[in-house]
Amino acid sequence: MEILAAILITVIGAATPLLFAAVGELVVEKSGVLNLGVEGMMVLGAVGAFATSLTTGSATLGILAGAAAGAVMALVFAVLTLTLLANQVASGLALTIFGIGASALIGRGFVGMPLERLPGLDLPGLSDLAVVGPLLFGHDVLVYLSIASIPAAIWFLNRSRAGLVLRSIGENHQAAHALGHPVILVRYLALLFGGAMAGLGGAYLSLAYTPMWAENMTAGRGWIALALVVFATWRPGRLLLGAYLFGGITVAQLHIQGFGIAIPAQILSMLPYLATIAVLVAISTDGARARLNAPASLGRIFHPEA
Amino acid sequence: MRPRLEARVGTSRTMVYATPVMAVILTMACGSVLFAALGHQPPAVLYAFFIQPLSSTYGLAELAVKATPLVLCAIGLSFGFRANVWNIGAEGQLTLGAIAGSGVALWAGGDAGPWVLPAMIFAGLLGGAAWAAIPAFFKTRFNANEILTSLMLTYVAILLLSYLVHGPWKDPDGYSFPQSRMFADSALLPLLTTGTRLHLGAPITLFLALAAWWMMARMFIGFQIKVVGLTTAAAGLAGFSVKRLIWITLLTGGGLSGLAGLFEVAGPIGQLQPTISPGYGFTAIIVAFLGRLHPMGILVAGLFIALSYLGGETVQIELGLPLAVSGVFQGMLLFFLLAADVLVRYRLRWSRAMTTQAAG
Amino acid sequence: MAEAAAPERLKLRGITKQFPGCLANDQVDLTLRPGEIHALLGENGAGKSTLVKIIYGVLRANSGEILWNGQAVTITSPSQARRLGIAMVFQHFSLFDSMTVAENVALGLDHGAGLSALTAQIGEVGRRYGLALAPEQVVHDLSVGERQRVEIVRCLMQKPRLLIMDEPTSVLTPGEAEALFSTLRQLANEGCAILYISHKLQEIRTLCDRATVMRAGRVVASCDPRQESAYDLARLMTGADFDQARKPPGRPRGKARLQVSGLSLAAAALLGTPITNINFVVATGEILGIAGVAGNGQNTLLAALSGEQPCPGAGNIRIEGQDAGNLGPRRRRRLGLAFVPEERLGHGAVPEMSLAANALLTGYDRQDLLSRGNIIFARTRDYTQRIVQSFQVVSGGIGSPANSLSGGNLQKFIIGRELLQEPKVLVVAHPTWGVDAGAAAAIHTALLDLASQGTAILVVSQDLDELLQISDRIAVLSRGQLSECMVTADADVARIGLLMGGQGDGHGTQTKGEQRAAQT
Repeated sequence: MEILAAILITVIGAATPLLFAAVGELVVEKSGVLNLGVEGMMVLGAVGAFATSLTTGSATLGILAGAAAGAVMALVFAVLTLTLLANQVASGLALTIFGIGASALIGRGFVGMPLERLPGLDLPGLSDLAVVGPLLFGHDVLVYLSIASIPAAIWFLNRSRAGLVLRSIGENHQAAHALGHPVILVRYLALLFGGAMAGLGGAYLSLAYTPMWAENMTAGRGWIALALVVFATWRPGRLLLGAYLFGGITVAQLHIQGFGIAIPAQILSMLPYLATIAVLVAISTDGARARLNAPASLGRIFHPEA
Repeated sequence: MRPRLEARVGTSRTMVYATPVMAVILTMACGSVLFAALGHQPPAVLYAFFIQPLSSTYGLAELAVKATPLVLCAIGLSFGFRANVWNIGAEGQLTLGAIAGSGVALWAGGDAGPWVLPAMIFAGLLGGAAWAAIPAFFKTRFNANEILTSLMLTYVAILLLSYLVHGPWKDPDGYSFPQSRMFADSALLPLLTTGTRLHLGAPITLFLALAAWWMMARMFIGFQIKVVGLTTAAAGLAGFSVKRLIWITLLTGGGLSGLAGLFEVAGPIGQLQPTISPGYGFTAIIVAFLGRLHPMGILVAGLFIALSYLGGETVQIELGLPLAVSGVFQGMLLFFLLAADVLVRYRLRWSRAMTTQAAG
Repeated sequence: MAEAAAPERLKLRGITKQFPGCLANDQVDLTLRPGEIHALLGENGAGKSTLVKIIYGVLRANSGEILWNGQAVTITSPSQARRLGIAMVFQHFSLFDSMTVAENVALGLDHGAGLSALTAQIGEVGRRYGLALAPEQVVHDLSVGERQRVEIVRCLMQKPRLLIMDEPTSVLTPGEAEALFSTLRQLANEGCAILYISHKLQEIRTLCDRATVMRAGRVVASCDPRQESAYDLARLMTGADFDQARKPPGRPRGKARLQVSGLSLAAAALLGTPITNINFVVATGEILGIAGVAGNGQNTLLAALSGEQPCPGAGNIRIEGQDAGNLGPRRRRRLGLAFVPEERLGHGAVPEMSLAANALLTGYDRQDLLSRGNIIFARTRDYTQRIVQSFQVVSGGIGSPANSLSGGNLQKFIIGRELLQEPKVLVVAHPTWGVDAGAAAAIHTALLDLASQGTAILVVSQDLDELLQISDRIAVLSRGQLSECMVTADADVARIGLLMGGQGDGHGTQTKGEQRAAQT
């Protein structure tokens, strides 16, 4: 039982950065923008959080710095694609390549330096419960924030007027523009949010998951977050499931090797990607698309006609 | 008074050539600021970055060695981009080409027959093309977005490579390092000069670049690719099959990337290792854009980006700056290029805010 | 009921709107009273759409006055129009497919009402005006008639004093149209003025109190449609006094070059109109004109003819006696077919490419511009040069991009490109749409010359004048079905107008909307 709980705790740790980045990206894509720069935003968030936390001694400032770093990168992306009408695919890739390099540059003075791990919540009584305590109540604030972001996203997208407008822009930006909604402004705000969330995901990695900085420590998690959004068919609830599933698969290879099962680790690691392709193919036939939540304007450049 | 972007009629030819230059200049300027902030004198860094790598024969040969996979991948990608097919899985296709070619090399063992290298090249082409055929199939048959499918397959390819070098293809005499046997001489690309790593792959690449230029500029298939990328309805009128062109561009792109992978393992690396590319497949996307999707432009851009890789290595050795500087530089370059690109299609106008009228 | 004593709701005086090369509205006067259902009648291109866009604030007139409830106003934007109390239901809906009815309505409102309150309001408005809608239903699943109801409910939620409807019944079944009429009558009873744009004569006579007829940008008549016969309205719309530049009669009718038999095809586009059982023959040296208002299946028919959409049966289309229904555009060209589509930029030509490249686009086979996969540039340039010279295309040279040419010149180029290929069969859609008079005349002359050399020509057009001028025989496409072919010289123009308006014999089969309703 304790072993199961221990495993689950590692799964939670692996899932949290994915969840942050994916929720942010989901909101961005719902507004019709395809942000391929998530990986770059995440890794800059990681280095920003670590560097700030180490130099100021404050974990809170570190978290804020991580979010800010991601948001700044998202702003650059927004200016390129929304105002200068650059190609979204190329811009996102540029951001990722730049982000990985810039973070390595910024972080070079911090490699190998130790940092105290983000403290878990210490709720009197609850955290001390036998198995359930550490599993449910012992995590750091970022884990709970990441989980809380799901119902927040659900509420925002489905129950608020702002979310309604955002969805309409992602669905049909010409019609939304014809009805007088501010397409560009909403997309800017969505991108800032997405960048901040990606930055938080990176911050979690360098402050809590493995409290250290190493070059390229996100190791492709940003790309996985992109795949997660598709896997979840743009629904926040399913995103939670997907993040934990992918998180589980990420740690599975360690545990499976521990159990002595003979499937090669790499083959297991392929599963999330193969699963994503399968889901993508299944939902891409045109008729199904309208019934699902894929924003129809995703990736298309917005030219107001007037 | 506020600035306004006004659409041009057609594109500005001057800007098409000027914007890459502008981007380079802006990047160098920003790079200088960055280096100064890091406590190094910009002229010293710029020299180490751009001039020093070219100051020896070995350096020039390395430039060609690094440029080869970049140019090859970028040319393959450019066909797709021109046709509005967004293959970003070049890194995976490159990996599959390397795997396929290595498979032939390892299977040939010590066999010194002249058939080995051509077979490897063929396998490299096939491997990359086969990997690109998957997104092509899903796109034409199921309308699945090729960006994500090709990207996911990149991860699968890299994991496959890891599996092979850690497992079935691991060199039994290799002290348990994850790598394959070294290839026999018959399975290596011949070097062009002694004392450098310049191999046959480089002139082949140059030839292919010229062939690509011919194809896009003078052949009907090149025309079809351009039309499909610009206006699918007109392509339909002309009788061009969009699906066929999707297949052709993806297979060619994959094949060329696979060839690039083969050149790497049969050239500078000489065996199969867990990492055979420092992200060439992704950087090739930058090369493609910087070269304006034109084979000759790509050639120049490829050399320039290769220089940035070498420059990164040089400043690491000489000045202790991390290798990551290359990535910063390359990313900035693409940023500025994309930003400057707006001037190709739009003109900057200063005007009072007017109520604009929609055309009826 | 129209209240003659009350102040006029809307009065337009001398509205004029000029576009480059086209005078869309010429000194237009229009008066609407509260509670009046007023028809704006005319063929496509008469200027109706431009006029209502001016009223709704999408466009500004060059000169003229607008009086709202007796006060002069300038309407600068749709939101200002809405604040005044003007609402408009466009032909092309601004709807979000994956969202519910309630969400779609909410997005069209300027304030944020809670969704539950909105649902109740939608139900209430729906009940009151007979616009049944399930607020939680997703728009994608709705029929076209139901989608229109969403648009109307959106408008009604803002309590408009003037409601403009642009060709509302063009995609409705008769049953849905009836339901719409009762809604409109109720609105009118409550004092709302309704401006109803249409070309459908019978429904205007049923529904409307007054009608203003427009032709070529001008108001040609203002009347009570119930006092006029459909025949008279048709004559007013199409104009009996056109320039009868007919071709010399007595040309021998040769063998059939284009044969269409039993062609039925579903539309490829999401909301297109399918065609049913199309039969016609075009003979050597003959020009057959197909008249009809846009949206009656022309696009589907044209796609089937060009080869961009394959036909169910290979024998549905025969070119020069050969089955061609299953051939693509390239092979049909080899058989001798040439095709000029409706849309110049984006279909007929690639806007960013040069004239030479655009000449290559369709001329590669018949002009021998290829050699073993390579393009023969000298021959292409030569061909392009010939097009430009023969058809007096004004351009910046054969290297200039297609989108730098004026509409008329580009059209001359595209038609010239096809004509110089010496086709045996030419299919041309809307040949002089948006083209200035001089280019239009040149194009007509070119078509007549081509016919006299033996080519069979099919012209699909909304411009009845044009068809009457150049075609030997004429037929009308309405709701996806083709009328019988009439000899133009003997044809009754008013009857053609009626057929275009959806009246007349042999059109009793189902519309697309009815078919879909039957399927669910």
